[in-house]
Amino acid sequence: MVDIAFLALAAFTVATSLIALEAKEIVYGAVALGLSFLGIAGFFILLNSPFLAAFQILIYVGAIAVLIIFTVMLVRREVWLKLAEDKGRIVGIFGGFTIVAIILIFTISSQMAFQFPPKEQISFTVIGTILIKDYWFALEILALLLTASVLGALTLAKLEKEG
Amino acid sequence: MEPLINYITLSAILFGIGVYGLVSKRNALRLIFSVEIIINAAILNLVTFSTYSQPPTVSGQTFALFAIAVAAAEVAVGLAIIMVAFRLRSEIDVLDLKKLKG
Repeated sequence: MVDIAFLALAAFTVATSLIALEAKEIVYGAVALGLSFLGIAGFFILLNSPFLAAFQILIYVGAIAVLIIFTVMLVRREVWLKLAEDKGRIVGIFGGFTIVAIILIFTISSQMAFQFPPKEQISFTVIGTILIKDYWFALEILALLLTASVLGALTLAKLEKEG
Repeated sequence: MEPLINYITLSAILFGIGVYGLVSKRNALRLIFSVEIIINAAILNLVTFSTYSQPPTVSGQTFALFAIAVAAAEVAVGLAIIMVAFRLRSEIDVLDLKKLKG
């Protein structure tokens, strides 16, 4: 049967995601987005991956949500409160429902749909080994990507004083 | 534990919410929110299949780590672009930024 923790976390995550998109005041939306990241971290704990939950909280809640909130504060304008924000709300709702329906149809028709997780679980400490042994090249590329993105963001955000 | 379908349903719903936001919002910051929600749904899917696979592996968790890092890079660049657009035009409505089209 459905676990009560799963149900509560699911309701929390979906509700905060909807608030993030629909709140009139965009600062509340940014805070709700951070809470929805926290809900996803809760699911990682339910899924026996506490290492990933820690990473989610560190990077998403600690870095990305704070970055978004700062940008919102820098960029915010009062006009947005009155702005009619639907350029195609019906199309959006229809598209979202269609995608959910398609994914669910394919999931239910597969054999894995009602499978339960295996009894013995692998320890998350294997991640370190696998990261260095099998995915070392992706790790290096990732480091390059992060450096490049930080440099790109700094270049974009630089104020042109002269010229 | 749950059957697999519960997690797939949840991540599909999150993905649908993200697509709805991408299609119907005009504020560029809301578009970033939607992209983040979609990335979170994808990461949740990766971790779910990693836990439910037989025999259990941690490959999905490793991919999720990579995905989180790439999302962080994407947000940094995206927010910098929004800041530049705001400074140049003092508006981040994507319908008003159509002049970027050639």
